[in-house]
Amino acid sequence: MKHTAALVGWCLAASAMAQTAASVDSRRSGFDFMGPSTQAMQKDDTLNPAMLWVGDGQALWQQAVGNSSKACTSCHAQASNSMKGVAARYPAFDERTQRPITLSQRINQCRQHHQQAAPFKSESQALLSLESYVGLQSRGMPLAPPVDARLDAPRQRGEVRFQQQLGQLNLSCAQCHTSNAGGKLGSALIPQAHPQGYPVYRLEWQAMGSLQRRLRNCMTGVRAEPFAYGAQELVELELYLTTRAQGMPSETPAVRP
Amino acid sequence: MARTLINAPSTALRGQVIEVRATIGHPMETGFRPGNSGELLPRNIIQRFSCRYNGVEVFNAELFSAISANPYIAFFVRAQDSGTLVLRWDGDNGFTQSESVALTVTG
Repeated sequence: MKHTAALVGWCLAASAMAQTAASVDSRRSGFDFMGPSTQAMQKDDTLNPAMLWVGDGQALWQQAVGNSSKACTSCHAQASNSMKGVAARYPAFDERTQRPITLSQRINQCRQHHQQAAPFKSESQALLSLESYVGLQSRGMPLAPPVDARLDAPRQRGEVRFQQQLGQLNLSCAQCHTSNAGGKLGSALIPQAHPQGYPVYRLEWQAMGSLQRRLRNCMTGVRAEPFAYGAQELVELELYLTTRAQGMPSETPAVRP
Repeated sequence: MARTLINAPSTALRGQVIEVRATIGHPMETGFRPGNSGELLPRNIIQRFSCRYNGVEVFNAELFSAISANPYIAFFVRAQDSGTLVLRWDGDNGFTQSESVALTVTG
C-alpha cells in the first residue's frame, strides 16, 4: 500500500514536471504552421506523395547489389525492427572518418564498404527513397541526437553558423527562424526550422528533398553561395538543428509547402 | 514503370459508393520550362486518366500542363458486381500504365 502511495506520488510529481516542461517548451513543428489541406496530406499515408519514395526504398532494401551481392536486408533483416529509432539519432559520429555524418552518408558508407557498390549521388531518387524508408521506421519517435563528447565541437560550430549573418541580404538563420518565427516572409509563414520530417515532400519542389537541399535553398534565398552537398558545414548545421529539436517527434516522411 | 499509390476498399456492399484514390509518380514536365541549356524542356505529361470497372469506363479525366508532378486523383464509384477496377494513365512519349484493383461486392 505504502509502495502504491509512493508510486502514485512519484507519478504525480513526474506528470507535474512534464506539464511544466510542456508549458515552457515553445517549440512548434513546421506541421503546425501549415494549412489544414497540407496537414491532411501528411497525416494520411494514402495521400502523402512521399510514400511513393518510401515504396521505392522498401524495394531497394531487398535488392542485392554490388560485388558482395548483399542487400540491406542481408545484414539488417527487417527494417521495421533494425531501423527503429535509427534516423532519430542522426547525424552521428562516424568512427571511420572521425567526423559527424548524416543518415544519407551512413547509407552510402554501407553501400561502399559492406555492399561494395558505388555510392548513390546526393539527392538522387534512390538515396532519398532509401533514406525516407529508413526514416519512416522512426516516425513518431522523439529526435534523440547522440550524447557524444566528440560531437560537441561540431555542434557548437553548427550553432555559430546558425547565428552567422551571410549573403548579400546579410541574414542569419536565427534572424528569421528564431527571432521572427511565426511571422511572414512575403506570403510564406516562417517556421521555427525544426528538422523533424526530412526527407520531406515539398510542394514547391513537387518532389522529395533532403534537409541539405532545404538548407541550400535558404542560403540561395539570402543570396549566399550555398555549401556543397555533403559539406561539413551543412552536416554541422544539421547536427545543431537536431539538438535544437531534441525530443520533438519525427514526422518523416513529412509534407511541407 | 512508374510508381503508384492506390487506395480503394477491397470489399463493398452492393450499391455502396466507394472512394478510389490514386497517385502516380510522374514529372508532369510542362513544356514551358527552360532547362540548363536554355532550351525548353520537351513536354512530358499524363494526358488522360481512366478507370474501367469490369470493362466499362466509369471515370475519366483529362490532364494538362498545369497539373503538378505526381498527380493525385480521387473519385467515387458505385459498387455493383464483384470484379476489377482497372486504372490507366496515358501520356506523352507513349507513356501508358495500368493497375488493377480487385473488388468483392457482397449483399
